[in-house]
Amino acid sequence: MPTFEYAPAPESRAVVDLQPSYGLFIGGEFVDPVDGTSMKTVNPATEEVLSEVAVGGAADVDRAVKAARRAYERTWSRMPAAERGKYLFRIARILQERGRELAVLESLDNGKPIRESRDVDVPLAAAHFFYHAGWADKLAWAGLHGAALGPDGVPLPLGVAGQVIPWNFPLLMLAWKVAPALATGNTVVLKPAETTPLTALLFADICRQADLPPGVVNIVTGAGATGAALVGHPDVDKVAFTGSTAVGREIARTVAGSRKKLTLELGGKAANIVFDDAAIDETVEGIVDGIFFNQGHVCCAGSRLLVQETIAEEVVGRLQQRMSQLRVGDPLDKNTDVGAVNSAEQLQRITDLAAVGDAEGAQRWTAPCPLPENGFWFSPTLFTNVSPAHTIARDEIFGPVLSVMTFRTPSEAVTKANTTPYGLSAGIWTEKGSRILWMADRLRAGVVWANTFNRFDPTSPFGGYKESGYGREGGRHGLAAYVKEA
Amino acid sequence: MTATTPALTDRVRDVLGSTSLDDASLRRWLHGLPGVDEVGAHGRAAMLGTRSIKTTSKAWALDLAVSMVDLTTLEGADSFGTVRSLCAKARVPDSDDPACPKVAAVCVYNDLVPVAVEALAGSGVKIAAVTTAFPSGRASLPVKLADTRDAVQAGADEIDMVIDRGAFLSGRYLKVFEEIVAVREVCDEAVALHGRRAHLKVILETGELSTYDNVRRASWLAMLAGGDFIKTSTGKVSPAATLPVTLVMLEAVRDWAALTGEIIGVKPAGGIRTAKDAIKHLVLVHETAGERWLDPDLFRFGASSLLNDLLLQRRRMRTGVYASADRLTLAT
Repeated sequence: MPTFEYAPAPESRAVVDLQPSYGLFIGGEFVDPVDGTSMKTVNPATEEVLSEVAVGGAADVDRAVKAARRAYERTWSRMPAAERGKYLFRIARILQERGRELAVLESLDNGKPIRESRDVDVPLAAAHFFYHAGWADKLAWAGLHGAALGPDGVPLPLGVAGQVIPWNFPLLMLAWKVAPALATGNTVVLKPAETTPLTALLFADICRQADLPPGVVNIVTGAGATGAALVGHPDVDKVAFTGSTAVGREIARTVAGSRKKLTLELGGKAANIVFDDAAIDETVEGIVDGIFFNQGHVCCAGSRLLVQETIAEEVVGRLQQRMSQLRVGDPLDKNTDVGAVNSAEQLQRITDLAAVGDAEGAQRWTAPCPLPENGFWFSPTLFTNVSPAHTIARDEIFGPVLSVMTFRTPSEAVTKANTTPYGLSAGIWTEKGSRILWMADRLRAGVVWANTFNRFDPTSPFGGYKESGYGREGGRHGLAAYVKEA
Repeated sequence: MTATTPALTDRVRDVLGSTSLDDASLRRWLHGLPGVDEVGAHGRAAMLGTRSIKTTSKAWALDLAVSMVDLTTLEGADSFGTVRSLCAKARVPDSDDPACPKVAAVCVYNDLVPVAVEALAGSGVKIAAVTTAFPSGRASLPVKLADTRDAVQAGADEIDMVIDRGAFLSGRYLKVFEEIVAVREVCDEAVALHGRRAHLKVILETGELSTYDNVRRASWLAMLAGGDFIKTSTGKVSPAATLPVTLVMLEAVRDWAALTGEIIGVKPAGGIRTAKDAIKHLVLVHETAGERWLDPDLFRFGASSLLNDLLLQRRRMRTGVYASADRLTLAT
């Protein structure tokens, strides 16, 4: 009997209308950058150049901030809040309507599997707009204690928000940033990541389709210098950044001493803690989802697996069996589980850190998944014999690499989980409810998942402790980051 | 009463790690199995349900699914005529396509086994009979055994028994265990009569067990007692076969094989009506228990209307267009 081979099931690219080049979206129009430079954006799964995208310089950032200021003063802050809400609802609906186009474009530019962009990124992005659309005219009841209130008792917006987002969830991070800013009455200048600008540019088109007043959303593509110019611009009132801790530090330095309000969502090295009474099959799925979701390019990825010693061998065995089934390959194939690493640079970083793991004495196991020849790929990898002192147990790898450690008692698990400069997320797997609560109380992490991992919802605040940043996104806490303090 | 054969006693001792076989030792063992997280199980089943099976793999899966159907009629109104008609359909599912595989078996009440035996002679299609006071199982053990013996003597190749859910839910695991053992012994009587054992499928009636923890425990108990197959449902209780239930049972047979080396089959029954559902189940088999179970000897669909949808999809793969359902023959 032949084996059950899944025939290729690629999602069609025809739904996406890629332009050969894109300008900057400023004041409701696509414009050329002042100094005329551009960069190429590639499909990481094939290394094919998808399009040329403008690189915004300081002058472009200035134009964008001015457009945002103008829109803030003349239109957006004066508009009745219910009207603002209507625009957000409209954007949310268009995100749903053009969901397939967005999903395909996201997978092309980022390398993530279409199953994830289709079932996670795009629906969640729309959910964030729907959620914040509902808040727009209800901010007085959002319980934003300490906010400066207008004469009508409504919390006041800050003005112009400069937002810099990463390449791992390009559209979703845009939604996390733009939706709460607009709902609270701010206008924005957004800088998408260098390697993944395309869905943000499609979002610009969606803003036009929604008749959003010009200048309310401005999108300036570019690299690090563009982001630095935006963050450092004197007329920006609020800076929101998601990305690496190293860049977050620079931004904090730049913003220090200014009136700018700052939220940072940075790196992580989450502990996923498995007790010996856990529901084993679902736990193994959760571990896989925790680290291999989005190729491990997730700031809250469960990259440190802490397993109770009594079941360590069994868990690792089952994990290896499960990892062997992962389907690594064409991101546009509907049956792909793990897609391409986003860039050559990131692939190099993952490769280097894994090599440090070998050198420091950890035991590497690589899933026997065939990899495509072109593009940037890294097989799902597991390290055992990892000590908390090892680099791969401390540094964020941001790739499909899991470090497995063991513990014997709940308090040892807490100590090991908390001994990290980061504190973004953690997972607990046990069938014992009281232990979940006991652990969650003690874990220094912004999000603690119990018997699940990597679940997101716009109503739930997300953010970190320690070097994972400060401020929260989502929920009422997320709104607070975009209103004036009294 | 304890396990009757020395071999079974040894096996129980090995698996349970206990010399005594009673409700308490069975309870310790079954409740020591890992739990099932409902949210996680639903999530896993839903994710596997998104697998996109197209072109060549779809054609292959449709044929395999046809060959795994236990074509079933279990109505009070069943007659010799409806069973003969069912058997004719089982032999030749699609009269326009000689390449179409036969189904695995027909599944009928025990008094209709002789009709099926006659109608299926020489076809290779197996005959399964539901027994043990199907579907409720509410009868004394001697009645259940007589019911089974009837079917075995009449020539049934497979016996689909029901467990005593009342006993299971009230923790009388030994009663459930012993009934399965006793029915299995009657199945073995077929060796003397027909030169082969009757295969035993144990129906858990998962819709009445209510939790996935119970489904897992009932699966292990049925395997310990010597069932050849574990089967979800009678089809008389809703919900019947669902993807998460089949998932949990596939995990059970996979783990049982790792523990004992024995390969036990799985049969979801009831509620699977479309080719799409059937293919989702095959994906589940493939990615949970593994390739080995993609075999009519180890995986079956208990169904009636499913067959014609599989056939419509087969025709669609062959001709590119959907045929009218009127072109297909009726099962009963």
